[in-house]
Amino acid sequence: MHKDSLAALAEGLRSRRFSSRELTEHFLKRIEQYDEALNSYVTVTAERALAQADAADAQIAKGEGGPLTGIPLAHKDLFCTNGVRTACGSKMLDNFIAPYDAHIVELLDAAGMVTLGKVNMDEFAMGSSTETSYYGPTRNPWDTDRVPGGSSGGSVAAVAAGLAPVATATDTGGSIRQPAALTGLTGIKPTYGRVSRYGMVAFASSLDQAGVVAHSAEDAALVLQAMAGFDMRDSTCVERPVDDYAAALGNDIRGLKIGLPSQYFGDGLDPQVRAAVDAAAAELETLGATLTPIELPNTPLSVPTYYVVAPAEASSNLSRFDGVRYGHRCAEPANLEDLYKRSRGEGFGSEVKRRIMVGTYVLSHGYYDAYYLQAQKVRRLIADDFARAFEQVDVILGPTTQGTAFALGEQTDDPVTMYLNDIYTIAANLAGLPAMSIPCGQSAGLPIGLQLIGRHFDEGRLLNVAHAYQQVSDWHAQWPEAYA
Amino acid sequence: MSLTTEQVRHVAHLARLGLDEVQIDSLSTQLGDILGLVDALSKADTASVTPMAHPLDMGQRGRADVVTESDRREAYQAIAPSAQDGLYRVPRVIE
Repeated sequence: MHKDSLAALAEGLRSRRFSSRELTEHFLKRIEQYDEALNSYVTVTAERALAQADAADAQIAKGEGGPLTGIPLAHKDLFCTNGVRTACGSKMLDNFIAPYDAHIVELLDAAGMVTLGKVNMDEFAMGSSTETSYYGPTRNPWDTDRVPGGSSGGSVAAVAAGLAPVATATDTGGSIRQPAALTGLTGIKPTYGRVSRYGMVAFASSLDQAGVVAHSAEDAALVLQAMAGFDMRDSTCVERPVDDYAAALGNDIRGLKIGLPSQYFGDGLDPQVRAAVDAAAAELETLGATLTPIELPNTPLSVPTYYVVAPAEASSNLSRFDGVRYGHRCAEPANLEDLYKRSRGEGFGSEVKRRIMVGTYVLSHGYYDAYYLQAQKVRRLIADDFARAFEQVDVILGPTTQGTAFALGEQTDDPVTMYLNDIYTIAANLAGLPAMSIPCGQSAGLPIGLQLIGRHFDEGRLLNVAHAYQQVSDWHAQWPEAYA
Repeated sequence: MSLTTEQVRHVAHLARLGLDEVQIDSLSTQLGDILGLVDALSKADTASVTPMAHPLDMGQRGRADVVTESDRREAYQAIAPSAQDGLYRVPRVIE
């Protein structure tokens, strides 16, 4: 059952071949069997899951429910879940039992989905390897000596190993796409504002966006459909109808104009990754798409821009963790300043501290114009590059990452090397564009990801292109042998 | 490029972030490395560029001035490190 598509699972539930309770028990058993080695789950909510499964079974028995009723999923541990710990990979929130649900948790609960548990992540979503989690690193099911990518490493490891059929995730600079690429999954980061951020622990508010990791574009489309839409409680959520993603999947891609940015195929790109991405582009060409070389000249500035904007916003967002209202508080504070400083010093890990420090520095008196304001200007240059490119092409295609999954511990000593992991993914966040990663090959047994970037609110088209490719390829159907 | 330990201490104070000596030392190098990375921004020509604060260039949305929140003080204070009589407790600030 764990290798079935969401549509096949829904069909199995409706035709009573199995119940939601049986399906849920199957995944809970797999978590018990396999997760000790992978460490993808931080909290397993078995009791709650079985209660949700029974409710789904009752609905199905009455002939009610929708395409997701009774299907299990895992939530990244930064989506608040009422009554369940939401730790965000941090000691700071190790004792935090969320007193309300995130908007997307409400929506997916209402769609009848069953929450198996909360999955691991880099602390406060700051990282590209899931090694900064307070709960220890998550391992890549394709090779447990390697990282699954990050920050949504728990989401991808759980789905890639069949410990959940699908999972929610978030992407601030590549945190859905890079881990999806490193584990052979399909991941989509929607347009900024497409999905409500209400109840999602904030990292960088002008970049954060929630999305999905799944085994196929078809599965991702189903879940994204249920998550997207307007919500008053997120002031940046966009009031605009949601496209019918399932309907878009079947569109003909003949005549589609695909742009290949020269900056995404330059130095640093692993030749095997390049070959796989080139082959996938050629495959799309045989399906009737046209390939056009394009230029995104400000691409080299995207990582520097991000490492001003994101830490600046993070330092401001994370000021709420002060040891007063929730989260970690130090023992026996001498005074209020000591309470703040020690609670934060003890509660945050080293990567989070680094980013708070960078953010505080670039926002501080005398440096604001040189760093923060300048970064916001360059951000517009980067967004303008895309606007110009989308006058010529419908979709932009390139690699998601420069290489395949790296070894645990390989990059932890050098923050700057780790930051460069997101060189191809960050620009889409800065410009607020939808983007996805789909598997397009393997190198030495490790998955390779292909990135697609679209115009604002063009998620349907991205899913369409991904689905068209997945109809003529089987990279998305590959499983790591030990978990098949 | 690296920051002096004095600069690191000052920024840590602004962020109300407690750091030990080892962390201060390693941060003075690491912050320097990261600032070296972002230094590329200074060479970009942005003379006539308007700063971009929001990816969709959206304004703030208004709403009707009506109460939409319910009183959840008890639920929120139940997870506080220290609360009493509906108030959050902190060390004495007025002598």
